[in-house]
Amino acid sequence: MSKNTKKRFGGYAGIWTDEAKVVEAARKIKSLGFSKFDAISPYPIHGMEEACGIPRSPIPYVTFVAGLFGMSFGLWLTWWTSAVSWPINVGGKPFFSLPAFIPIIFELTILFAALTSVGALFYFCKLPQIDPPVIDPDLTCSKFAIFVPENDTGYDEAKLAQVFREMGAVETKKVAEY
Amino acid sequence: MIKRNQLILGNKTLKDISDDICQPVETFPSKGWVALFLGAKSLLIFYVVILGLVIANGMGLLGVNHPNGWGTMIITFVFWIGIGHAGTLISAILFLFRQKWRTSVARTAEAMTVFAVMTAGLFPLLHTGRPWLDFWLFPYPNQRGPLWVNFRSPLLWDVFAVSTYATVSIVFWYIGLVPDFATIKDRAKNKIRKKVYGALSLGWRGTARNWGHYEMLYLLLAGLSTPLVLSVHTIVSFDFAVATLPGWHTTIFPPYFVAGAIFSGFAMVVTLMTLVRIGFPQFKSYITIDHMEVMNKIIMATGLMVGYAYASEFFIAWYSGNMYERFVFINRAFGPYGWSYWIMVTCNVLIPQVFWFKKARRHIPLMFVVSIFVNIGMWFERYVITVTSLHRDFLPSSWGQYAWSFFDGAVLFGSFGMFLTLFLLYLRLVPAVSIAEVKPVLNVGRDDHSPGSHGKGEHAHV
Repeated sequence: MSKNTKKRFGGYAGIWTDEAKVVEAARKIKSLGFSKFDAISPYPIHGMEEACGIPRSPIPYVTFVAGLFGMSFGLWLTWWTSAVSWPINVGGKPFFSLPAFIPIIFELTILFAALTSVGALFYFCKLPQIDPPVIDPDLTCSKFAIFVPENDTGYDEAKLAQVFREMGAVETKKVAEY
Repeated sequence: MIKRNQLILGNKTLKDISDDICQPVETFPSKGWVALFLGAKSLLIFYVVILGLVIANGMGLLGVNHPNGWGTMIITFVFWIGIGHAGTLISAILFLFRQKWRTSVARTAEAMTVFAVMTAGLFPLLHTGRPWLDFWLFPYPNQRGPLWVNFRSPLLWDVFAVSTYATVSIVFWYIGLVPDFATIKDRAKNKIRKKVYGALSLGWRGTARNWGHYEMLYLLLAGLSTPLVLSVHTIVSFDFAVATLPGWHTTIFPPYFVAGAIFSGFAMVVTLMTLVRIGFPQFKSYITIDHMEVMNKIIMATGLMVGYAYASEFFIAWYSGNMYERFVFINRAFGPYGWSYWIMVTCNVLIPQVFWFKKARRHIPLMFVVSIFVNIGMWFERYVITVTSLHRDFLPSSWGQYAWSFFDGAVLFGSFGMFLTLFLLYLRLVPAVSIAEVKPVLNVGRDDHSPGSHGKGEHAHV
């Protein structure tokens, strides 16, 4: 995640039509010392995160905590309603009949974990966005791109254009904001 | 070396894939689709009228009466919820097993899950008899004490299981759709389409950082959906198994119901896929005969499991030495409802045996017919479980027959109107094959590694 979340940055982008070449290019850009650049592709590319130096997603930790919360909530809800708030004798069973509550606790664990994980995706990816700028409409279809924002260390359009071309980009262009 | 068959036929490029899959969304519907839609929609309107009458007049319109307190609505509920399970199996469990062939069928199978669960969910709500009070099913603070729900009841477990399942399935399906909506948005020449799909895509742009989070979330949702789907039909089976009624009170029910659910669900997937392949011929390159064959193998395997469960129930009925249990099973096969039992055995155990033969597994008209029989058989399985167990229980003085009425049949057939209307709309409004999931498996089984796609050999995509 970039630190400055409010503002969009301009920058320079290269466009590729070959998956392998764009991964190579990302590796090269990273080796040149850039750290805020991003790669855009129509589908997840295996090895791209490593090539760009993107850390592993923290969503699993969110899922785990949310699952634990859901489980505790389920346990509390079944216990408090059945044994504290209004205990009712059902067929002589104990007020706190834990085995019978496990299905409820399980379902609430899954529900909380799943919905919170989706919320985490929205948070980390800054979704939803209304009509964000697009570098090229084919980037969700058949093309791949690397975008280097102008606030990245050592940003130099002429140099980037040259590197992109060397790495097999079919097009390079200045992007007003992304 | 054993060579893998190509998952996607026809040497497609990345652009071809987008073009093929978006075509139904971007063009006017064909006459065939319109005809089917009008038919399905008429059936839906009929269904709405019938349900309106049932709500206005009460459950007495259906054949439920003492001793058959549960009837068509519960049978059809279990039928539809079972069908949903194949979708989650394909989208979640096969994902965890890294079965690449699932990518072509996952989207449609998941859509089937969502619509089947919606269709199913109505039945228990209506079966309460006073659907306007259905909010009582949820524990909410109220001014009657507060009086809480009975968490020890399997029927309440079902409320939680089915509503969680519906929620998570819809979310999982939608998350899978987000990148594809972005594809449609970026391709759109029509302004309204660009706006609508742009909003649906939530502004997705496919950056590597976002894909990293996205793939992680997809994996997590698959991991959460897997135990969830197994729990849902387990809990549905508890609705029966926790009761002390002979014929219901068996520990075999959870695995038996889950196997049956997957069996019926795959049959429905095959039914729908054969029709989708006819309606949209370009999908034949994605949903190939190989895909159909794999699904037919699963139908046969789960059909054998279900057959084993039938046999095991009879064995235990005899071996238990319990006279009520033994009577129920003899009555089930040879009593007044014996015909339904033998329809079930024929459709579920005997007919799928044709899939031992490779020719049958790869024969489209034949697999269509078999899948229809399995659908019929699995409806009758729930009929057998519900009605034959209830109609003759412990006391002969309280025996009776299920009084099947016009409304029973109307509710059953009408539910297909709801399901098919939703499914037909889905085929035109949503990309019916996952574009972003199919592209990474483009090179599986291909030799040439054509330019414009992948450069290196096999990619093990997560």
